[in-house]
Amino acid sequence: MSLRRPSKEQPEHFEFNLISLEAAKKIVANYPKGKQQSAVMSLLYIAQRQNDNWIPLAAMKYIAKFLDMPYIKVYEVATFYTMYNLSPVGNFFIQVCTTTPCMIRGAYDLVEACKEKISKNENELSKNKKCSWTEVECLGACVNAPMMQINDDYYEDLDKEKTLKILDKVLSGEKPKPGSYRGRVNNEPENNRKTLMDLKNA
Amino acid sequence: MLKDEDRIFKNLYNDKGSDIDASKKRGDWVDTKDLIKKGRDWIINEVKTSELRGRGGAGFPTGLKWSFAPKKVGSRPHYLVINGDESEPGTCKDRDILRFEPHKLIEGCLITSYAVQAHVCYIYIRGEYLIDGQKLQAAIDEAYEKKLIGKDASGTGWDLDIYIHYGAGAYICGEETALLESIEGKKGQPRLKPPFPAIIGLYGCPTIINNVETIAVVPTILRKGGKWFASLGKAKNTGTKIFCISGNVNNPCNVEEEMSIPLKELIEVHAGGVTGGWDNLQAVIPGGSSMPLLPKNICETIKMDFDSLITEKSGLGTAGVVVINKDQDIIKCMARIARFYKHESCGQCTPCREGSGWMWRMLERMTNGEASRDEIDMLEDVTNQIAGHTICAFGEGSSWPVQGLLKHFKKEIEKRNNINPMFNKKKDIPYLIDQHLLDKDNV
Repeated sequence: MSLRRPSKEQPEHFEFNLISLEAAKKIVANYPKGKQQSAVMSLLYIAQRQNDNWIPLAAMKYIAKFLDMPYIKVYEVATFYTMYNLSPVGNFFIQVCTTTPCMIRGAYDLVEACKEKISKNENELSKNKKCSWTEVECLGACVNAPMMQINDDYYEDLDKEKTLKILDKVLSGEKPKPGSYRGRVNNEPENNRKTLMDLKNA
Repeated sequence: MLKDEDRIFKNLYNDKGSDIDASKKRGDWVDTKDLIKKGRDWIINEVKTSELRGRGGAGFPTGLKWSFAPKKVGSRPHYLVINGDESEPGTCKDRDILRFEPHKLIEGCLITSYAVQAHVCYIYIRGEYLIDGQKLQAAIDEAYEKKLIGKDASGTGWDLDIYIHYGAGAYICGEETALLESIEGKKGQPRLKPPFPAIIGLYGCPTIINNVETIAVVPTILRKGGKWFASLGKAKNTGTKIFCISGNVNNPCNVEEEMSIPLKELIEVHAGGVTGGWDNLQAVIPGGSSMPLLPKNICETIKMDFDSLITEKSGLGTAGVVVINKDQDIIKCMARIARFYKHESCGQCTPCREGSGWMWRMLERMTNGEASRDEIDMLEDVTNQIAGHTICAFGEGSSWPVQGLLKHFKKEIEKRNNINPMFNKKKDIPYLIDQHLLDKDNV
C-alpha cells in the first residue's frame, strides 16, 4: 500500500495538458448527462500519468472543478483506492505481490531483491530517485506466481536472480520485457498440457 | 476429462489470436442476429434450462437473476454491468477471458443487454489489468467498426454501447453494490440490500450485474442449447468452469474443466501433481482465499462443484484452487490471508473493520508461538462476531478462512501456542481489591 497521506511537498499549480484534456473529455462522454462524477477515477489516472506517477492535491482541486463536484469527494476517492499514489514514487513503480498464492512460491525472495537493489524500506525512492517498490495485495496472476508489476506491465514466474536482473535494467532506466520469465506461453501448464492439443499443434 | 469439442474457451492459451477474424473462426458472432431474433423469453428460458450459475463466487442462478429485471422499461433506463474486478487471491480466470476471448464477452454483452433491455453496458475491470483492458478495448473498437455493436447492433435493431470502467486497486469493488458506487465515482463501500440492484442499481436504475465468465459462456450456451450445457457436470451444478490451480503444484495453470471434476484429478492430471508428491499435500483452498480450506483426507475424494463443497463446509467460490504442501507453515499462510482482508476492508462496518485487524494480529502471534492458550477460543469468538454482522459478504469472506483453519488445524495451533495465560487469577483474592495492584504477583 502506498502511503495513504499526501506528500508534504506539493506543487502549487496543476492543469491538464492537451493530450490529457482530450482523453478526459472522451471519458466524461462515456457517462450519462449529469453523471460526470463517474469519470473521477479515470481522471485521477490521467492526472497521475501526466504528473510522473503521482497525484498532487492541486490536481484533485483541478479535477473537482473540471467535474463540478466538491473537492472533498475527489479527495475521498483518491485516498480510498490504493492505486493512486499521493506522493512521488519515481518513474518505475514496482509492486511485488505477496499474498498467500505468491508467498508460498517465494514472493519474499523478490522483496529481498528489492531491498537489496532499490531501497531498504517500502515507498522509499532509490538513490537515483528513479524508482521505488512496495508490497501489494493479490494482483490476479496467481498461476504465474511469484510475480510483480512495474508500472502497467506484469512480470511473471520470477525468482530472486531474475528479479535482480530486472531491477538492474530498471535502475539504469531501461524497460525490461514483460511477461513470463520462465518462457511459458500465457497460462498453460508447462510441458504438461493435455487440452486443446490439436489447436496447439495446428 | 472434458472433450475438446465441449470446451467453450478454445483460445484460453491464445493459440490462435484474439482478433475478430480468429474469433469468427471459433464461432463467435456467426449467427448472433438469429439468436436475438428468437426473442427475450427464449434467451432467458434457455439460460434457465442450462442451469448456469454465476461464476463470480456466489453461484446465483443466472437466468433467475435476469428475470428480476423489470419486464417493461419505465422512465428509468436499464443498465448491464459486467464485473471484471477479479481480486480474489487464487483467481485469475477473467484476465484470460479479457485478453484472449474478448469477443465471447462482447457478444455475451450484446445478447444479455437485449435480454434485460439495456442500451448501455459498463465493463468494470480492476485497475491493475490495464494492459488486458486495452486488449478488450481494441476488441470493442473492432466490434464497433464491423457494426456488431453500436447503433443497430449486428442488424438486430437493438442499440448497445459498451464502455470500460477501470477500478483502482480495491478488492471490495468486486462486491456488486460497491462496484456500482465505484462506477458512480464514489468510495467503493457496499450498499444495503434490499433494494436489490435489479430494481435500484446504477444511478438508481434497474441494473443487472454479472461476472465476466458468466456472460462469456452465454453465446455458446444459446448456440449449443441449454440442454447441452446441463448435460455436463451434475444436476444444479452444470456446465464447464475455468479452474485456476496455483500454489505448490508442479505446473500451475488455468484450465477449463467440467463441473464436479474430482479435485485430485484436477491437481494430478492438469497441474502435474503436488510438489513433492500427493502425500506431501497439507491442505487445499478450493475456491479463492475466502473459502475455508480442506485438509488432505477430504481432498482425496471431494468433487469440485457448489453443492459438494458446501457439504464439507467450504465453497466453490471462484474456483481458484490454492494448493499448500507440507513445506509450508499453514498458520502463516492463513495469517497472510488475514492480512489481505485487514488491508482490503472498506471500513464501513465496525465488526469487519476492527475484527479483520484483530484476526490478523492474533494469527501473527500464533504463527510465532506467542499466543496464549485461551486466545485460540477467543479467535474463534472473533470470527463469529464478524460473520453475518456486516452489510456485505466481506465479513464472511474474511472470517471463513480463519474458521477453516481452526476447524482442521486446531491441534497444530495448540501445539505451537502452549503458553499459559499471562495472568493466572488467584482464587482467594477478595472481591473489593484493585486487581491491577496484584498483577505483579500474578505474572
